[in-house]
Amino acid sequence: MSAVAAVQSPWQTAGIVRIEKRTPRVTSFFFRPSRPFAYRAGQHVDVRLTAPDGYQARRSYSIASAPETVGAIELAIEKLDDGEVSPFFHEVAAIGDEIELRGPLGGHFVWPEDVGGPLVLVGGGSGVVPLMSMARHRAARNSTVPVVLVFSARIWDEVIFRDELIALDDRRDGFDLVLTLTREAARRPADYVRRVDVAMMAQAMARLPEPPGLAFVCGSNAFVSVAAQALIDAGVAAGNIRTERYGV
Amino acid sequence: MVTRGFSSGRRPPTDDDARIPPGQYLEQGFPVLSAGPTPRVRTEDWSFTLKHGPRPIKKWNWAEFNALPLTKMTRDIHCVTAWTKFDTPWQGVLVDDILADAGLEPPTGFTLAHAFDGYTTNVPVKDLTGGKAMVALLYEGEPIAPDHGGPARLLVPHLYFWKSAKWLNGLQFTTRDEPGFWELRGYHIYGDPWREQRYTGDP
Repeated sequence: MSAVAAVQSPWQTAGIVRIEKRTPRVTSFFFRPSRPFAYRAGQHVDVRLTAPDGYQARRSYSIASAPETVGAIELAIEKLDDGEVSPFFHEVAAIGDEIELRGPLGGHFVWPEDVGGPLVLVGGGSGVVPLMSMARHRAARNSTVPVVLVFSARIWDEVIFRDELIALDDRRDGFDLVLTLTREAARRPADYVRRVDVAMMAQAMARLPEPPGLAFVCGSNAFVSVAAQALIDAGVAAGNIRTERYGV
Repeated sequence: MVTRGFSSGRRPPTDDDARIPPGQYLEQGFPVLSAGPTPRVRTEDWSFTLKHGPRPIKKWNWAEFNALPLTKMTRDIHCVTAWTKFDTPWQGVLVDDILADAGLEPPTGFTLAHAFDGYTTNVPVKDLTGGKAMVALLYEGEPIAPDHGGPARLLVPHLYFWKSAKWLNGLQFTTRDEPGFWELRGYHIYGDPWREQRYTGDP
């Protein structure tokens, strides 16, 4: 190695100060780090659980709160039935528990508002979490950067942050919410009932005053593959599309 | 610090704990992670260039590259997002054999791997030579799927898998250890999973 770099974001403890159920499968946990840190919208933290026998499990979770939020950091965690860490949070973790985390992490899937736009955000399921941080960041800054968020969920009741997103949409300040449900009829007139495709991306981008400068796509690998290709087919340069995949 | 209420009983079963680096878990599938869309690189458009600094040393097209000696390598791989996969079977061209074909002794101690999508990652020469690394062309005996880096990806299995650049199109010798894409964005300059070198400055 050429130089000794400072350890980035060392492990620290954070107390759980609030727990809020978002959907049947997603619950938000609010952490107050013992050493608070600044972060950018879209970044994640690593969480580490340690068993009495020393075994440790570690996972990355995107931050849902805006960088402007004072105090606790919100992680919206989806329960994966065959998981190791998410079931612990859903079944065991309680207010007052101390958890080890390190952050902020990740330097690519980030949107500081001064980077500008317009932006296309495309989220599938809990892939909306880092995009929510960007939407909240935009609102907290009273930004005028045009943003369209296309959020695909299976059913209406699995639309994470639904009321808050609709409230942001209702501000009519340049943030547009497009919902698409894959297993249930649409509830709002302009929403879709199908998987994301190139026509949907083209129509979403038509809501922007000019072509997007950047696109952020987050979700399962299958979702991200389809959505990113749809954006390319709708005319977005591949180099302007940033992706974050759960892996599977 | 022991986490209240967490036990190792949740751990996925494994036949060999000693093969799993600290903080990793055993994955049976093959997750896909990348910073952007998957590029579709046709083999007729594919090429691989060996460079010393800005100077090209040798360039191979797909047919020329496939004429180099093929080696099998079955290895455990470790992704920084915490999954480990056992016994992944690859075939490709050892970096040793690429250098031999170019008639080149490594001119420096460091390299940057380059990919079609603009991705880069730095790997020291000592981690590429001596049979440690290859440019993989086949996975499980078949062409590597685009999501997994096909037509060709770097395979440096003893380092975190972001070092095994997908959609590889070149290897560049550099005078100094120059950080690549993720190394400039908070990830470790070297990335040894057994020392858990995930992020910048981890010892």
